[in-house]
Amino acid sequence: MTIQTSVALAPAARAISVLGGDLTERALRLHLEGLSGVDAVGLEQRSAALGTRSIKTSSKAWALDKIIQLIDLTTLEGSDTPGKVRSLVAKALTPDPSDPSTPRVAAVCVYCDMVPAAVAALGSAHAAGSDSGVSVAAVATAFPSGRASLRVKLADTADAVEAGADEIDMVIDRGAFLSGRYGQVFDDIVAVKEACLRTDGTSAHLKVILETGELNTYDNVRRASWLAILAGGDFIKTSTGKVAPAATLPVTLLMLEAVRDWYRLTGERIGVKPAGGIRTSKDAIKYLVTVAETVGEEWLAPQLFRFGASSLLNDVLLQRQKLTTGHYSGPDYVTVD
Amino acid sequence: MPEPRNSFLDYAPAPESTAILHLKKDYGLFIDGEFVDGRGKSFATISPATEKHIATIANASSDDVDTAVKAARRAYDHTWSRMSGSDRGKYLFRIARLVQERARELAVAESLDNGKPIKESRDVDIPLVAAWFFYYAGWADKLDYAGLGAAPRSLGVAAQVIPWNFPLLMLAWKIAPALAAGNTVVLKPAETTPLSALLFAEILQQAELPNGVVNIITGAGDTGQALVEHPDVNKVAFTGSTAVGRAIAKSVAGTGKKLTLELGGKAANIVFDDAPIDQAVEGIVNGIFFNQGHVCCAGSRLLVQENIHDEVVERLKQRLSTLRLGDPLDKNTDIGAINSREQLERIRELSDIGEAEGADRWTADCAIPENGFWFAPTIFDNVSTSSRIAREEIFGPVLSVLTFRTPAEAISKANNTPYGLSAGIWSDKGSKILAVADQLKAGVIWANTFNRFDPASPFGGYKESGYGREGGRHGLAAYLEGAAK
Repeated sequence: MTIQTSVALAPAARAISVLGGDLTERALRLHLEGLSGVDAVGLEQRSAALGTRSIKTSSKAWALDKIIQLIDLTTLEGSDTPGKVRSLVAKALTPDPSDPSTPRVAAVCVYCDMVPAAVAALGSAHAAGSDSGVSVAAVATAFPSGRASLRVKLADTADAVEAGADEIDMVIDRGAFLSGRYGQVFDDIVAVKEACLRTDGTSAHLKVILETGELNTYDNVRRASWLAILAGGDFIKTSTGKVAPAATLPVTLLMLEAVRDWYRLTGERIGVKPAGGIRTSKDAIKYLVTVAETVGEEWLAPQLFRFGASSLLNDVLLQRQKLTTGHYSGPDYVTVD
Repeated sequence: MPEPRNSFLDYAPAPESTAILHLKKDYGLFIDGEFVDGRGKSFATISPATEKHIATIANASSDDVDTAVKAARRAYDHTWSRMSGSDRGKYLFRIARLVQERARELAVAESLDNGKPIKESRDVDIPLVAAWFFYYAGWADKLDYAGLGAAPRSLGVAAQVIPWNFPLLMLAWKIAPALAAGNTVVLKPAETTPLSALLFAEILQQAELPNGVVNIITGAGDTGQALVEHPDVNKVAFTGSTAVGRAIAKSVAGTGKKLTLELGGKAANIVFDDAPIDQAVEGIVNGIFFNQGHVCCAGSRLLVQENIHDEVVERLKQRLSTLRLGDPLDKNTDIGAINSREQLERIRELSDIGEAEGADRWTADCAIPENGFWFAPTIFDNVSTSSRIAREEIFGPVLSVLTFRTPAEAISKANNTPYGLSAGIWSDKGSKILAVADQLKAGVIWANTFNRFDPASPFGGYKESGYGREGGRHGLAAYLEGAAK
């Protein structure tokens, strides 16, 4: 297949500011291919070293509460029902009924058609753009495979936004990316970003899922991160959770480095969301350390960092109870959602 | 909510417990399987992080040295040289396992006495010590395959003098191949870091190693001199400064003693513009700030391609600002204490010279503890090849930054040093790495990594960095003589 490199791309503001006004697929390709390579051994060594930080006592207590505030509590099953979503929302609002000081999670993350159920269940606790409350994130664009026409992806997105979703988690077309059609991936993201616009002129936040488990190499992850940022993503997200491996610490570190470099270049802050496979507090704390030591502590805020997780929350709650009471309880002392 | 913290990055203290460490108040000399009093004036070993007294250490006089060499000779003649290789191997395996069993204790002792961060002694030093004994244990009954012909012979008594930067690891580098090859040993640890060697002596007792096979004597330079000059020593192995190495080479000349020297270095870490930048920055940090720069193979000269100089230096400074300097026993400490006041003075002196010579000095902004010996990570930019900080080994957390324009210039600048111990190359292009490595005059060359050690890999230098190799099959050959032809 030949790739039409002189084709003009959708005029995304960020890409124009960095690549120049004459935005073509060729310019994008040259930029992505010009990014410095990633040495896998060195990257994994660095993330392993960050993983050996020892977070104790008051730092640990702070970290556990912070993790809860950064969670996108997620259910993405074919068997989801409004009842299941209501139960998830209840858990999001009151993670630990035995301790009212427990903070709320950042958002609930559901499929498009479950957005109305989530919004209804949240009621007045729905953040809807404000700083307090819990947001609703919807996976869209033919999640998880993304194998649908752009028309369908855009309808999917618009549906979710209309139903009250505050955040859209889209997937990129990995097939197009792997075959070198960067322009197509780019234009898709730009179009979905436009579909996030609400009638009142505000916009749902866009998280771009790279599905790093399918991109396979760290060099690809770095390129896809830059591509998603250039096209206008507010967040870059590792995975759908439906493909193994999902989030890993080295991949997240690499994406944080892309975000750090973007900040250095433009002064603009992009969010990062590792999703899938983070199940224990111990693992989640390693991510907090990696964020703080790579991009800085100001990223440890729901606008800039999220965990896409479901079972993580209960492990954090158990650890939190342990810090308060001094002994471990058990799985029956936290609620199933 | 818990108390709001100033900063998550001010991680709460996470000190490694010293409860596991049971130190004696006084340590004697370990001669012929027992601790005995020294006849010299005993000295104190202190913690460089707090300047607090740790223990009183015996000082070996020349008579004590003689007693130790005699014990080693007896053990050589009557026991060790007659023992089968597989039996020697069993003792070495036993030592390796005991090191693993007592790893935490040894790591705490090493960090206490040396000042290096516990994460390094725990994750690098002690695991490598065990690896070295395991590796050479495997060789003990396979000497016929060491490449020296059938039935190579051991040399006899080895006199070994080691430095303070990796106290127990250097001990392992020396003792493991010597014993595997069938020699007996008298070893002198550095004056400022004798503690882990003395705990190792207790491990030897626990392993029931035959008396006299390893003798550990403590003292200062005169003790070391008496040891290497002792007439009944067959092999001298020294790791330390080039000045002392030169003196030893002179004293050994004409005596028939076999000699291995592992001396100083001023390694170039070459970063090309096609390098994986983030990993290269990590490698530069690891190259010079690992173990406070107290590493003979440290990448103390950064040679960076001119077109990426500004970017690399900026990233490097940002990264250095996240390093945590402080209590070596805290698990989150990245940079520990400088080993001694003397060493600190030397680092200060050379840094002042660097400044006076016109290089741009940048020092990471970190709080320096009140007591103890500390030096914050420092970079000198715009250093010229003629500058003293680009020529002399500083042996501290000080990096000199130089630039180059072409691979040929990088090679000629890298080789333009009296030393030649190690070098690093950073590039994503394999063919370039091989072509450059081929022309570097350094004993060890790392590609896209730095300061990685493996017992199977020989280590040693060109020119003033010494001669002979340690590690691998080559390290074994340093303790053997080929069969008479």
